[in-house]
Amino acid sequence: MTPDGDTAAGTVDEEPRFSTWTGTARGWMLRRLPPDKLLPEDQPSYVASWIYVFGMGAIAALVYIIVSGCILALNGPAWYHVSGLGHFINSTHLWSVELFFMFMVIHLWGKYWMAAWRGGRVLTWITGVIAFVVSIVTAFTGYLLQTNFDSQWIAFQAKDALNAVGVGAWFNVTNLGQILMWHITLLPLAVAGVVALHVVLVRMHGVVPPLDAAATDAQLQQDLPQRASVEGEHL
Amino acid sequence: MSKNTDPMSWRMRNDIAGRPWRGRAREYDLFKELTVGVMVVGLLVLGLSAVFSSPDDPSVTLKSWATAAPADFVATATAELGGTSKTAGYGPPYNATPDASQKLGPIDLQSFSGVRIPIDTANDFVISPLQSLPSSPSAVSDWKAGTDKQHVDWAAAYTDALSKAPDNDPAKVGPGDYGPVPALTGTLLGMAQQGALDGVLQAKDSFYSTDYTRSTLFLGDGTYFPGLADTAHLTGDQWGMMNETGNYPGQSWLWLFSFVYQVQPIKSSPNADILVVSIMAVLTLLLTLVPFIPGLRSLPRRIPIHRLIWKDYYRRR
Ligand code: HEM
Repeated sequence: MTPDGDTAAGTVDEEPRFSTWTGTARGWMLRRLPPDKLLPEDQPSYVASWIYVFGMGAIAALVYIIVSGCILALNGPAWYHVSGLGHFINSTHLWSVELFFMFMVIHLWGKYWMAAWRGGRVLTWITGVIAFVVSIVTAFTGYLLQTNFDSQWIAFQAKDALNAVGVGAWFNVTNLGQILMWHITLLPLAVAGVVALHVVLVRMHGVVPPLDAAATDAQLQQDLPQRASVEGEHL
Repeated sequence: MSKNTDPMSWRMRNDIAGRPWRGRAREYDLFKELTVGVMVVGLLVLGLSAVFSSPDDPSVTLKSWATAAPADFVATATAELGGTSKTAGYGPPYNATPDASQKLGPIDLQSFSGVRIPIDTANDFVISPLQSLPSSPSAVSDWKAGTDKQHVDWAAAYTDALSKAPDNDPAKVGPGDYGPVPALTGTLLGMAQQGALDGVLQAKDSFYSTDYTRSTLFLGDGTYFPGLADTAHLTGDQWGMMNETGNYPGQSWLWLFSFVYQVQPIKSSPNADILVVSIMAVLTLLLTLVPFIPGLRSLPRRIPIHRLIWKDYYRRR
C-alpha cells in the first residue's frame, strides 16, 4: 500500500480519535448504537411473528398509563370519587395497567421460549425482569392510592408482609402521603428509565435470531447483491 | 456439548446469535408500528373503560363502623385498653411485644427496624382521643389513677362480660368490676358515631396529616372491617391479594405470591409472611438468572415453542 493509500484509509475507515470525555462518550455511543441501528428501516427476515407485537404493545399501554396518570395527578387522588370524567379517566388508568401487564407477561414468556438472552443479550433479559418487578411495585402503590375500601384493605393486609421483612417501618403502606409520592414520582421514573434502557439494549444488539439458525439456512445464503433484490419482498 | 458451545448460552460469541444478522432482511417501519400500536391499544383502553368502568367501593370510616357495628366497636376498644388486640400484640415496628415478630429460622428481620412507628393502643386509640373532647370524661382520670394490673383486669372482665351479653350488646352487660372501661368505651363509641374520632385519630394534634396508620390498625382490630373484606372475597385465604372489589381483575400478576400463601405448611405457619416473601425473592432471583442456569435455559430448546414463533423462518429454511 502506498503512503497515500494509508492516509486515505486513515481518514475514511479509521474511527476518529477524541481527546475529550464528551468526544469519547459520543464515539462510544455512535459505535454501539449508530442512528440506523437505533431507528432502523429494515429488520432481519425472521422478525415476522405475532410475538413481536407484545413488547411494543406494552410500550403503547405504558403511554396510556402515563397520560391518564398525569390527568389524575393534576386533580388529586380523591377527584375520581366525585367526578364522572374523573371516574372515566380512572377506568382508563386501570385498564391500560391491566393491558400493560397482560402484554408484558406474554412478552416475557415469548422471550423465554425464544431464549432471547442468547448472543450477549443477557442484560436485555435482566432489565426486562427489573422492569417487571418495578412495574409490580408501581401497580401495588397505585392500588394503595385508590382511597376507597379496596385500598384500605390492601394496606391493612400488605403491611404484614412488609413488616415481616423489616421494611414496613420505612415503606409504610398505611401512610398515604408516602405512598402517593412513591407512586407518582419515584416509581414511574424508575419504570420509564428501566424500559428505556431495555429498548436501547434491544436496538444495540439487534433482535435475536431463531434457535438453531444455521449458516446453511436459505435465509442466510444471500450475498449482499442478492439481498438487495429480495429486500422489497414483504414477508 | 461443551459449555463453550452451548447454543442456549448468554455469551456473546462469533456465531449467528452473536454477530449482526447477515441474512435476508424485510422492510420494517418502527415509528409506523409504534403509531399503529398506540392507536390499537388506545381503542382497547377506551373500549374496556367505557364498557366495564372501574370499581370504587366507598371507604370504611370509624364513624361507619361505630354506627353499623357498635358492639364490635366497643369490644375492640376494650381490647385496645387491655392490650389484647392484634395491634397491641403486633411487635415491631409498632411496639416491643416480646416474641411477636416473624422469623426465618434464626433471622428476625422484623425486629431489625425497632419500634419505629410507636403505637400504644390504650393511649393512642382510646385515652388521648377522649382527652381531646371539650370536657374529658372523669373515667379518663380514673383510668390514669389505676395500676397496669387493674387496667388489664378491668378490660379482661369487661371483654368477658361483653362476650356473654345477648348480641354482645354493651347495654345488656351485667354488673361487674370493670372500672372505668364501660364509660371509656361508651364515650369513645359516641365520639366515633358523631364522626369526631376519625379526624382526631388521624391528625393527632396536627392540622395536616396524610398518615392513616392508626386508623387502619384500629379498624383492622375489629371484626367489622375484615368481615366486609371477606364478603368482598378479598381475604388472604380467598386469594384476596389478587382480587378487586366487585367483578374486576385485580393484581392478577400476583397469582404466584397469593398461591404460596395457600400451601401448607406455610398457610398455617406463624411466620407465613416472611416465608412467602423469601420464597418469592428466591423465585424472582431465579427468573433474573435464567440465562445462567443450565437446566432452565435449555428448556426452550426441548419444548419447541420457538418452532411456532418463528414458523415462517423454519418453513423457509
Ligand atoms: C415494562 C415492560 C416491558 C417493555 C415495555 C418491553 C419492551 C420491549 C420491546 C419493545 C422489545 C423489542 C421488541 C420485541 O421483541 O418485542 C423488547 C425486547 C426484549 N424483551 Fe422486553 N419489555 C418489557 C419487559 C420484559 C420482560 C419482563 C422481559 C423478560 C424477563 C423482557 C425481555 C426481553 C428480551 C430478552 C428482549 C430481546 C428480544 C430479542 O432480541 O428478540 N422484557 N422488550
